[in-house]
Amino acid sequence: MADQSPIHGVVADFDSPDTLLDAVKAARAKGYTKMEAYTPFPIHGIDEAMGAKQSILGYIVLCGSATGFTTAILLQWWTGTIVYPLVISGKPLFAFEFGFPIIFELTVLLSAFGAVFGMLGLNGLPRLNHPIFNYSGVAGSSDDRFLLVIEASDRNFEVTATRDFLASLGAEKLEVIEA
Amino acid sequence: MSKHHHHDAPKDNYQIPVATWEKGRNVILALFVISWVAALAGFSLDHKQFFPSYLVAFYFGAGITIGSALFIMIQHLTGSAWSVPLRRLMENIMMNMPVLAVLFLPIAFGIHELYEWSHADVVANDPLLLKKAAFLNPTAFYIRAVIYFAIWSYWAWRLSSWSRSQDASKDLNFTFKSERLSAPGMLLFFLSASLASVDWIMSLQPHWYSTIFGIYCMAGGMWAFFAILTFTLLRLRANGILANSVTIEHYHDMGKWMFALTVFWAYIAFSQYMLIWYANLPEETIFFKVRRTGTWEMVSAVLLFGHFAATFLTLLARASKRSLNVLRFITVWILCMHYVDVYWLVMPNFSKAGIAPHWMDLACFVAVMSTLALGFWWRLRSAPIVPVGDPRFQKGLEFQNV
Repeated sequence: MADQSPIHGVVADFDSPDTLLDAVKAARAKGYTKMEAYTPFPIHGIDEAMGAKQSILGYIVLCGSATGFTTAILLQWWTGTIVYPLVISGKPLFAFEFGFPIIFELTVLLSAFGAVFGMLGLNGLPRLNHPIFNYSGVAGSSDDRFLLVIEASDRNFEVTATRDFLASLGAEKLEVIEA
Repeated sequence: MSKHHHHDAPKDNYQIPVATWEKGRNVILALFVISWVAALAGFSLDHKQFFPSYLVAFYFGAGITIGSALFIMIQHLTGSAWSVPLRRLMENIMMNMPVLAVLFLPIAFGIHELYEWSHADVVANDPLLLKKAAFLNPTAFYIRAVIYFAIWSYWAWRLSSWSRSQDASKDLNFTFKSERLSAPGMLLFFLSASLASVDWIMSLQPHWYSTIFGIYCMAGGMWAFFAILTFTLLRLRANGILANSVTIEHYHDMGKWMFALTVFWAYIAFSQYMLIWYANLPEETIFFKVRRTGTWEMVSAVLLFGHFAATFLTLLARASKRSLNVLRFITVWILCMHYVDVYWLVMPNFSKAGIAPHWMDLACFVAVMSTLALGFWWRLRSAPIVPVGDPRFQKGLEFQNV
């Protein structure tokens, strides 16, 4: 069958968030680490159950804001006092009083860039396809099905054993999907 | 979330235990008696110092009480579930509105000590005050105060008593009625609280004006309201009250609100400052000129770095909003900073050379706050400490941040 093609992993199809959550916990207990859940809505506690770490996105945003903050100060100070020193309505060449709106805006802008592009980067987006779409019942994961994939890159992965293990957790349907 | 994972969650007692209640009452009563004796002694010794000190304390308490009403109405209008388990405590703070009206009496009584526009001879010789006299005169000041307290007390009483009626009846109509009352309530509270800040604080310097001043005061008051609510919850939790119902998820959201209002306050404060700085008109810049004279400049710096920067950086990380130790510290910090803010608004009008702390500041502060605390504490016993009849109560208990 699919023996010639590389394998992405084994999909287990569950009928409720509770059975999925229990399966995730069992898989973790068994030593699996490379797994992904596909569900129609967020399930509380699944991140912890899967051992997902806190995203580093916050630090990317912080870098964006720090860059925006300093760039805005340097830009206004440099243009205002070095390259085009013009006195306007008796105000200083540079002052935080009038500089701050720009500092604020640029901080927010680069933070937002950090958040959006950082999120896309961390999620590996944009990408045109994903192996999960090779699963025949994938549409259910945006309706009423709860999928757990144990990926082939996991060092404990072995097609038959993993498949049997997932079957023992009460999956209603199992499928090996190609990468 | 499904019942499967929650059916064994431990339940709280929704009545405050008598022993805890009596212990709290005794502490508050002791503070109440001592501070009022001290405040009254201060009044008879030096009423020139008493009235400004009292105004700072009164406005500190008023801001928190108004903030509670604003937030309760926002929660009704948005149909929030997460805040429902905390709402009864907020309502007990909000129901201090009539108490606040009584606490206002010393201000009404001391109008001539506090407000130069209340003297007819001063107004007669001041063209600018003469033009403002239709608004800034004692009669209008008193009438407006009565209107403010009437509006605030009525809304507080309706929202609070409907919520209590719902405890037993679980009647959904109370929820709909509260939503309907909250929409005009928001409008009226914003207008009246804004005008109250003009009457009570801005008019201390009657030549000066700033159209954003009301929002500035409300932002600070609401900020302090969240701090005092979170602080109270943490104290109750330390005594085993609501320790299971109010979870880290609720504290996290309170932390978010404190963080948001830190930024909002700074945004408003800076907007006010920048426009005045840029336009550079003498009758506007006088406000900041006074607050950059002598040691007041230091207090202004405390607001910039302490009120804003330090709080902003402390609450920025998700982990700190989810740490009860950080929240325990930051709530006290916020209350101190809000006091500095109100002090900074009022006192430079009376002590122009620089900051001059006085024991009466403390006496008045404890007097006003213990009076409000007493009102809060008494209502804590007369009903369950959570709105058990609210249709969103269970959902609020189970709430989790995603």
